[in-house]
Amino acid sequence: KRNQCYFKRSLNVVCTSRFWFNYRHVANTLSVYRSVKRLGIPDSHIVLMLADDMACNHRNPKPATVFSHKNMELNVYGDDVEVDYRGYEVTVENFLRVLTGRLPPSTPRSKRLLSDDRSNILIYLTGHGGNGFLKFQDSEEISNVELADAFEQMWTKRRYNELLFIIDTCQGASMYERFYSPNIMALASSQVGEDSLSHQPDLAIGVHLMDRYTFYLLEFLEDIHPSSTTNMKDLFKVCPKSQCVSTPGHRTDLFLRDPGSVLITDFFGSVRKVEITTDTINLTAPMVHLEDTRPVRELRTEIQTYMDQLPVAEIIHQKPKQKDWHPPDGFILGLWTLILLVFFKTYGIKHLKHIF
Amino acid sequence: MGLLSDPNRRRALTNLLTRLNAPICVVCYLAGVMWFMGLAFEPFTLRTYMSENAMGSTMVEEHFPAGERALATGREFAAHKKKVGGMPVNWLVKTMESRGLEVFTQSFTRKLPFPDENKERYLVRGTNVYGILRAPRASRTEALVLTAPCSQGNANNQAVGLLLGLAQYFRSQVYWAKDIIFLVNEHDLIGMQAWLEGYHHTNTTGGDWSPLHGRGGSIQASLSLELSSDVITSLDLVLEGLNGQLPNLDLANLFHAFCQKIGVLCTIQGKLQRNDWESTSGYSHSAQTMMLMVLKQASGRPWGDHGLFLRYHIEAATIRGINSFRQYKTDTTTIGRLLEGMYRKLNNLLERLHQSYFFYLMPSLTRFVSIGYYMPAFGLLAVILLLRVSFHLSDRRGLGVGLTRYPGVLSILTPVVISHMTGVALYCLPVMSQEMAVQHFPVSETEAVVLTAIAIYTAGLALPHNTHRYTLPLVLKLVALLYLAVLLGCTALINFSLGFILALSLVPIAAFITPHTHKPLSAAIMVLLSPGCTLLYCVLIFQELQETPVSLQDGWMLFLSVISQGILDHSLYGSLVYPLLALLIYPCWLLLWNILFWK
Repeated sequence: KRNQCYFKRSLNVVCTSRFWFNYRHVANTLSVYRSVKRLGIPDSHIVLMLADDMACNHRNPKPATVFSHKNMELNVYGDDVEVDYRGYEVTVENFLRVLTGRLPPSTPRSKRLLSDDRSNILIYLTGHGGNGFLKFQDSEEISNVELADAFEQMWTKRRYNELLFIIDTCQGASMYERFYSPNIMALASSQVGEDSLSHQPDLAIGVHLMDRYTFYLLEFLEDIHPSSTTNMKDLFKVCPKSQCVSTPGHRTDLFLRDPGSVLITDFFGSVRKVEITTDTINLTAPMVHLEDTRPVRELRTEIQTYMDQLPVAEIIHQKPKQKDWHPPDGFILGLWTLILLVFFKTYGIKHLKHIF
Repeated sequence: MGLLSDPNRRRALTNLLTRLNAPICVVCYLAGVMWFMGLAFEPFTLRTYMSENAMGSTMVEEHFPAGERALATGREFAAHKKKVGGMPVNWLVKTMESRGLEVFTQSFTRKLPFPDENKERYLVRGTNVYGILRAPRASRTEALVLTAPCSQGNANNQAVGLLLGLAQYFRSQVYWAKDIIFLVNEHDLIGMQAWLEGYHHTNTTGGDWSPLHGRGGSIQASLSLELSSDVITSLDLVLEGLNGQLPNLDLANLFHAFCQKIGVLCTIQGKLQRNDWESTSGYSHSAQTMMLMVLKQASGRPWGDHGLFLRYHIEAATIRGINSFRQYKTDTTTIGRLLEGMYRKLNNLLERLHQSYFFYLMPSLTRFVSIGYYMPAFGLLAVILLLRVSFHLSDRRGLGVGLTRYPGVLSILTPVVISHMTGVALYCLPVMSQEMAVQHFPVSETEAVVLTAIAIYTAGLALPHNTHRYTLPLVLKLVALLYLAVLLGCTALINFSLGFILALSLVPIAAFITPHTHKPLSAAIMVLLSPGCTLLYCVLIFQELQETPVSLQDGWMLFLSVISQGILDHSLYGSLVYPLLALLIYPCWLLLWNILFWK
């Protein structure tokens, strides 16, 4: 439609597993990252979190590579990967702070999800999960309730327009059960009680390279180009039970638009709307503002002010932190001395020897 | 009211225990023995499985190509070994350096307490040579070890050749996350002990060795290779180590997984696995395998060069190549591939092997029984001692009459001290007095030591029995029963097999010996079930299970050599079986002998 606004795309791609035998989770994440970059989304709009370094692991027989297909057909690490959160920085706290934007002022731009109410966000999570939780780094977990609350915070702070949530873990469907914010669409690789399986081992590297769901998701995305008209309904059909062994699930009840009208490139690709006009535009005459003919959305009736996402002023002019006011120490000392003196005056000095 | 809090019921229970004590003891004993034999029955065992996540399910394609070249290197090694008449140190150093390893040597000397007649050595002097393959990208914090012994004659040349071949192949790979140490040790266990002590900066056994100049970090796992033929028909896995310690079961699982993948025939205790567990012969086969493991574990000696690693919490096993009369032969390249696969899997380890069991028995290579399943067998035997204690406390007929004075605890100290002094004599005198014995009798030093030990053992039978005037046999018997119970319990915790075998022979005599039993018969039974004779039976059964049965005379010679080996193991490697038997078990048996001959 001609008067449809342009919505930014932002991505948060997270791999939550460490150790060499979880090679496939890093390969999953890097494959999705690579696909969206191919479709035009720049690194400044992608927050990539990888919990371990597979490319430089001592056990990697091909250093500086991460392969997603066996026989080493495709190196998804490449030479232009920008990892924003690496190693031990991938924690539940950092993940939630990235989503909600509650980061300390010193956090650089590349580590922030700079989104507003006109952003379509894609969140991809992979790792080891269970019924209602996802394991981070073998030491902590994020629960589906926490995730739902984080998304509600994002909605309240107007940090997204539409959100697509994809998760590839065991029992992944449990993670989207608790969402309650509008405009969220969710996909998972398996239902509660099912395990997501890995796809193929590589006999030279000695680990499994990819998970099934992401492998077939990637095959599907390889056919998408920036002007594709494939919609979400095709995405739901990715990896049926015959290929995936687990049953992928999806959830669209919170989404306002019909999934059939949502294009894949609304989330995965960066599409610029180009308007070709044959009229000449007079640049010297003052501009006349067109009437706002956008349909008024019922949900937003009050004037919004955007939170300052990158408070440059604060960073440059470091204001000293305001401490709480305490009465001066000497005052307290004097007060106690006064109390003691009054006590001994009243009850007599002879009690002093009982104390000393 | 409850069973134990109601005084009537409690009295009834005590009466039951007192009346039926002997039958209950017999039932417990038979139940213990049957439980133990039932452990080999396949439905009662569990199938082995890989517990360590990091060693996961994926396999790599092995590419080791150089089996023939390894054999050629082995032949070169044999030639140089013959020329030098021992370990060809210079040739080994040069060869390892040419393969790109960092090579170091360690020299050691050791004087045995008396000459070892089995291996014909007394003053041992040797050199260990080891090369370290540094991990290309990792820091030097962890290491894996591959060892092959430098044996005399024509043994284990192919093992050293394969070790050097693997070293060359491993050196050209980039995926090692741990350093790999290739060690060739001289004089098998003595050299290995010197190397390990030097590596870990400990000196527990009093050897003399030069310090190690090169180190590789904390050792995670180790494999020892014994290969004496160009082709093999099967690979045997040896797990039993010093003092009956076993490596983590995951190491055996790893070995089995690779045997299956590569298609090599693998055995444990030299016995193949059978599939017919329902038949009697199938069951007896598993039972024999398990009994062999029990006997080997009870002996407390390391059955391969790997046995000394276990003390340092390094999981280690020995892989022995066997060439028997089978049609299908495996060549050296395949063995090299198996080792390559195992080392790549061990390379993936993030922490030491700890997910699987440390205490287990294996009736076959794919079946195991863990400590939770086999300990009740010992528990049933130990409970007999406690039942007898309760019997004697409640029923004082047999042992309580005769004295009106209340016996003090100190009065039983005399027999206890005398028995323990005899035990100390049994421990110290044989080695100390070998020179004097050699002067007076026409025997060699080893024979002198062993015969002195047997002489002191038999002399204990003639100890005076009337040193106690003011005590009751009841007190002595109670002390002996409790002492034996604690002793056997502690032994079974550390070395289940040793504790179980000792319990099998000592619990019946401890339970039923009183001064009033028929003396000649009881004396004969006591001697037949004494620790020394138990050792003789174990030797005979062991030979029978190995399918090399011996006559009584040969068995006696073997028994003497076993005693000398036990004393040597104790002084060389710190094995605890000989001190346990001499200082603790034998005095306990003497106490019971004392009770039997009470006047």
